[in-house]
Amino acid sequence: MLDIFDILGPIMVGPSSSHTAGAVRIGNIARTLLGNEPVEAKLLLHGSFAETGRGHGTDRALVAGLLGMQPDDLDIPNSFALARERGLHFTFGEVQLREAHPNTVVLDLTGQGGEHLKVQACSIGGGRIQVDKLDDVPVGFTGEYNTLIIYNQDDCGYVSEVSKALSQAQVNIANMRLRRQGKGGLAIMVIEVDQKIPQSVITSLRKLEGIRKATYYEREGA
Amino acid sequence: MALDSMQEILDKSQAWGKSFWEVVLETDMQEREVSREDSLDRMRHTWRSMVETSDGYASDRRSRSGLVGGDGGRMREYMEEHEPIGGNFLGQVIAEALATGESNACMRRIVAAPTAGACGVMPAVLIPLYRSGKVSEDEVVKALYVASGIGAVVAYKACIAGASGGCQAEIGTASAMAAGALVQLRGGNEEQICHAVAMALKNLLGLVCDPVAGLVEVPCVKRNVVGAANAICAADMALAGITSRIPVDQVIDAMGDVGRRLPIEFRETALGGLAVTPFGQKVKEQLKNAPEE
Repeated sequence: MLDIFDILGPIMVGPSSSHTAGAVRIGNIARTLLGNEPVEAKLLLHGSFAETGRGHGTDRALVAGLLGMQPDDLDIPNSFALARERGLHFTFGEVQLREAHPNTVVLDLTGQGGEHLKVQACSIGGGRIQVDKLDDVPVGFTGEYNTLIIYNQDDCGYVSEVSKALSQAQVNIANMRLRRQGKGGLAIMVIEVDQKIPQSVITSLRKLEGIRKATYYEREGA
Repeated sequence: MALDSMQEILDKSQAWGKSFWEVVLETDMQEREVSREDSLDRMRHTWRSMVETSDGYASDRRSRSGLVGGDGGRMREYMEEHEPIGGNFLGQVIAEALATGESNACMRRIVAAPTAGACGVMPAVLIPLYRSGKVSEDEVVKALYVASGIGAVVAYKACIAGASGGCQAEIGTASAMAAGALVQLRGGNEEQICHAVAMALKNLLGLVCDPVAGLVEVPCVKRNVVGAANAICAADMALAGITSRIPVDQVIDAMGDVGRRLPIEFRETALGGLAVTPFGQKVKEQLKNAPEE
């Protein structure tokens, strides 16, 4: 849904809402999902991102997002130098993906605490984005909702545990998707909600046996 | 956005006894569940961001490719020595359109309106009026609601991205939004806003998106100038009582239809038009072979 501030907006650093503003958002959401300051980033550009990305500042925008900048940050063009100052080592390459949106990037990230995450995301126009895969598991969420991502052992009961915790906190689920790598392996729940999820709920979910990771992304302006 | 046609805005305006801009404001309050003040504050912030881009323009900046930069300054200098053919107001409009379009290409902060590539059109027509003291900030904010309502309808009925509908969808829509905003600022009525939108959009129908090397630089920056000038002409015609023979919603549908039927080469892929001229191809090659920084 387009609101009027998607028409007169976003307020952003140019030149392109898809190739610049969207790229900052992708970097930013990847940083949040990693859950710590990234120290190592391998970025692979696909399609139009690979073709015209440099001219549009897509590379700088992605790194700016990884550093936590927002799409309107005037430091976006200087992100490479800032990354070096802050100890983020990054490399760029190209990749040809099958059945991916033309504006797609794959980010292979390592965090300060040794965290590791692979994110495939695309910029779908007007600065809006979609996270397609996390650690090769298809997820498909946009960051337009507050989003909770749970990694768990594929087994009975996790969905009900998580939804119970949310309903007790008066948090309404808008959309929910379940995916797994294979039977009994890693499963990922992507839960988009209408309210903010209290930190205490996320902390208690993390303590549940069989839940490997719980990540929370709060949408911009939430 | 629950505004699906210009007719719907006219109907709501009648039924609620509110003007065009207030219908858009009320709709925003309902859709995003915000107060009147919240919505107005955000629109004011949007406007101030447009002015900030113009204030922060520097003519020595260049885009990554080196193709864009300095023309806003050239226009301003020219006006110090000469009276522009279209008078000082039009001269200022040209300078503002270039300054904002160039700022975008040089990775400065802009307001996409409705897209980054067309970000110069709205400020180009509004900033000269505002700076001359002819309109107040509150009046500009109302005009921005009119513009955003128009843009929302076009986005819903047709498209606003060059990749979907060519430049007519970007600069064309921006021009229609600017035309509506100008009619509002000059005290025109709801019907006149619709006629201005229809005329602005019709005049740019079929414009292709053919960016050199796929960058938002050539011909994008200067097309902001034509979008702004076209908006002024359409608004003046509407204020003079000249009407679009074709109803505005049908014009918007026609734009969407043309957009869908435009060959893919003319929808931001840089595979046709100016992008494939020998000059355009040379720039593309040079960029490909440029050393990494």
